[in-house]
Amino acid sequence: MGPVTTDTPKGDTPKESPPSPPSGRTGTGALLLEAARRNMRQYGMLVALGLIVVLFEIWTDGVLLKPNNVTNLVLQNSYILVLAIGMMIVIIAGHIDLSVGSLAAFVSAACAVMMVEHDIPWVLALVLGLLIGAVAGAWQGFWIAYVGIPSFIVTLAGMLLFRGGTQIFLGSRSLGPFPEGFQKISTGYLPEIGPATNYHNLTLLLGLALLAFALFQEFRDRRRQQAYDLEVLPRNLFLVKCVALAAAVLAFTMTLASYRGVPVVLLLLAALLIGFGYVMRNAVVGRHVYALGGNQAAAKLSGVKDKRVTFLVFVNMGVLAALAGIVYAARLNAGVPQAGINFELEAIAAAFIGGASMSGGVGTVFGAIIGGLVLGVLNNGMSLVGIGTDYQQVIKGLVLLAAVGFDVWNKRRVGA
Amino acid sequence: MTAPVLEMRSIVKTFPGVRALSDVSLTVAPGEVHAICGENGAGKSTLMKVLSGVHPYGSYEGEILFEGSPCAFRDIRASEAQGIVIIHQELALIPYLSIAENIFLGNEHATRGFINWNDTLRHAASLLKRVGLDEHPQTRVADIGVGKQQLVEIAKALAKRVKLLILDEPTAALNDGDSAQLLRLIGELKEQGITSIIISHKLNEIAEVADSVTILRDGRTIETLDVKAGSTTEDRIIRGMVGRDLDHRFPERTPYEGDPGAHPALEVRDWTVHHPIDQQRKVVDSVSVQVRRGEIVGIAGLMGAGRTELAMSVFGRSYGRNISGTVLKDGREIGTRTVPEAVAHGIAYVTEDRKQYGLNLIDTIGRNITLSALSKVARRGVVDEHEETRVAESYRGSMNIKAPTVFEQVGRLSGGNQQKVVLSKWIFAGPDVLILDEPTRGIDVGAKYEIYTVIDRLAAEGKAVIFISSELPELLGMCDRVYTMAAGRLTGEIPRAEATQEVLMRHMTKNTR
Repeated sequence: MGPVTTDTPKGDTPKESPPSPPSGRTGTGALLLEAARRNMRQYGMLVALGLIVVLFEIWTDGVLLKPNNVTNLVLQNSYILVLAIGMMIVIIAGHIDLSVGSLAAFVSAACAVMMVEHDIPWVLALVLGLLIGAVAGAWQGFWIAYVGIPSFIVTLAGMLLFRGGTQIFLGSRSLGPFPEGFQKISTGYLPEIGPATNYHNLTLLLGLALLAFALFQEFRDRRRQQAYDLEVLPRNLFLVKCVALAAAVLAFTMTLASYRGVPVVLLLLAALLIGFGYVMRNAVVGRHVYALGGNQAAAKLSGVKDKRVTFLVFVNMGVLAALAGIVYAARLNAGVPQAGINFELEAIAAAFIGGASMSGGVGTVFGAIIGGLVLGVLNNGMSLVGIGTDYQQVIKGLVLLAAVGFDVWNKRRVGA
Repeated sequence: MTAPVLEMRSIVKTFPGVRALSDVSLTVAPGEVHAICGENGAGKSTLMKVLSGVHPYGSYEGEILFEGSPCAFRDIRASEAQGIVIIHQELALIPYLSIAENIFLGNEHATRGFINWNDTLRHAASLLKRVGLDEHPQTRVADIGVGKQQLVEIAKALAKRVKLLILDEPTAALNDGDSAQLLRLIGELKEQGITSIIISHKLNEIAEVADSVTILRDGRTIETLDVKAGSTTEDRIIRGMVGRDLDHRFPERTPYEGDPGAHPALEVRDWTVHHPIDQQRKVVDSVSVQVRRGEIVGIAGLMGAGRTELAMSVFGRSYGRNISGTVLKDGREIGTRTVPEAVAHGIAYVTEDRKQYGLNLIDTIGRNITLSALSKVARRGVVDEHEETRVAESYRGSMNIKAPTVFEQVGRLSGGNQQKVVLSKWIFAGPDVLILDEPTRGIDVGAKYEIYTVIDRLAAEGKAVIFISSELPELLGMCDRVYTMAAGRLTGEIPRAEATQEVLMRHMTKNTR
């Protein structure tokens, strides 16, 4: 996920302004410690992700980070990551959505029927699929926000409803294949342009552009924070951070560029991460979602339109579930009745590993991606070294427990 | 003098980064009612947590002697085994269990793991009789009022064969009638040989019920005063708590002399609100009130008078059903059906329950302050975080919110500072009319004074202020005019010149039905 770390959304504190440490501790190390303490969960998971990557890189004799496998990793996990972004927002708002796997299947089935049986152009099918997701989300959001039925119940009903709908649509058939354009959503890469180098030129350009943009942002943020007299990282540390950022972006770019370039899905994911990260961190509506999850009564009495925000959160989840279903169908090149089974659980696990809290009000979109990647790398790595799916489940279960357990322990240590 | 029942010697308790108790000694004589006073953060609650084993032996320095022998409590159970029981400010009862089940929770009358119900009910009934609570032991706790719940807590303590009863702000949530009953009960328990320690902000209660009072300030024992010997006035206690003479408990205020011809900033006419569940019941019954710019108007009333219900129903119909009546702003009728609508018309409501309805405790000071008017620091739906921080910092300064930065979590602040955050939030919204509901509840004397100053400043800036309070001196000290309510009706409107505690109380207890 190197290319998109620029817009690291943070749940509670602006990026380079770790709140000033208690007076008396102003050294560089103390400042770093303070920043680390405050973002323990996020940094903790980032470090954990790094360790897992290193572990499997060694264990698989370097296969894990081979260009084709990295690309594969992105493709394999794309739909879970899409879901995890939406799920994180739902959980921040203090809700849960159990229906996303079924809804993804339902939308993929609907798209399959439209394209294969009715010859509807794929672009239209895509738009209609997203629309179906929005309507389904609105349906659930209505019951949750305006009628007041707990989201657990509504989406449990939705889980059955949409799964049943999928089976009504498809019976036991698999519908495919799809038009090439539709398949490209999951299997396409950016086109080759320019002179023949050993690398994918457009990817390199994109990587460089991203690097420039990221560094520009970093410097601009720092300048603005200084202008507002906010605490900033000391100059040398800031430079270290920039170098690390640049290295990560370049390494990731080179890896992708030496295979087939940037997959279309990765662009999609990057757009979602940056877009939703920005909305959740900087937009008024994002702030309202956090406030609702943190204390619904207080938010309501502060003039937050609680019902509408909750409704929109579920509409958004519906659209993202539809998108995940489309990406999945495109990758499979068929609509199948058993699509999307357990997706909701993977997405929920990703959100909690990535720092969400059961009671709402906490978490970041970036965290959801990290959580999703932890699961994804585990899946991929364990498959590469030949661990069976039986043991994979056991290990993933323990990782989820450990991640949330660590968080609970850490909060108690800091808080009480 | 007899040997003390409890002695705490030189207790020191530190938390990471904070020294909560730096040298506290406390001596309690057997069979007395001993009050502990101090500003919030003075260390009262921490001291009681040390005593009851919440902070286990070894996590503090100093020694505790109970009935002459040293104590080393590992947890609450250990202290309860010795007969030391603490009743916390937030009651620890399970609402959906019966009174009897609550009384013996964790202490059940059981043989081999199975509860003996006959024994339980009989014993519960006798305990209820002892605390003077006329309820059946099988009544659900959710179905009785807070005052009665407090009595259940005491019955629960009695079931544990309490010798030393610790009450943390026992009357904070009670009305005057229930408070009086509770204080009477504490007196009765004293007759039976039970020693009590009471933490309270209500100094008149201390004067009434306590034999002696120990004053804490900044984690130290300042002094112990003998109340029964007389000459210990409220002002004397306050002087010990704040360490300075408080000749003015309220800021000097020039009474409002507005233009009576102008339209009131806010006028509520014939306002009637029904109970959300029991829809036959009128919680507010054809009430009409008005407030002018620059004026501070008080609303006095006992529990159940309908003050909060009036305020919340006007503020975006946040309470009640079948609401009727009209709201006028500057003489023009306005709609206040939703909170955003009320806010748009320049009305702000500062809740009496800041933790539940006022703040997002897990979020930062800054984000709490801007929440009700986010658009002011946003452009095209995007929050300018730098501007937000700047705004929040300015309130941290002007409201004297004690925190290192505005990135501090609100949940970590003391009650007084949390209240300042709630006030900042609504001042930032820029209202014309502020409805303040118990703005000084549960905060210490020093912070109260600061809040009074802020309210005074708001009125001087031309805002209309409605001040709901249960503390009569506060209303007398601050308001230009005081409305009184009883059982949902308006029972009086008293100008500053005629208002005394006796007059207000007479109107507040007027039976209108």
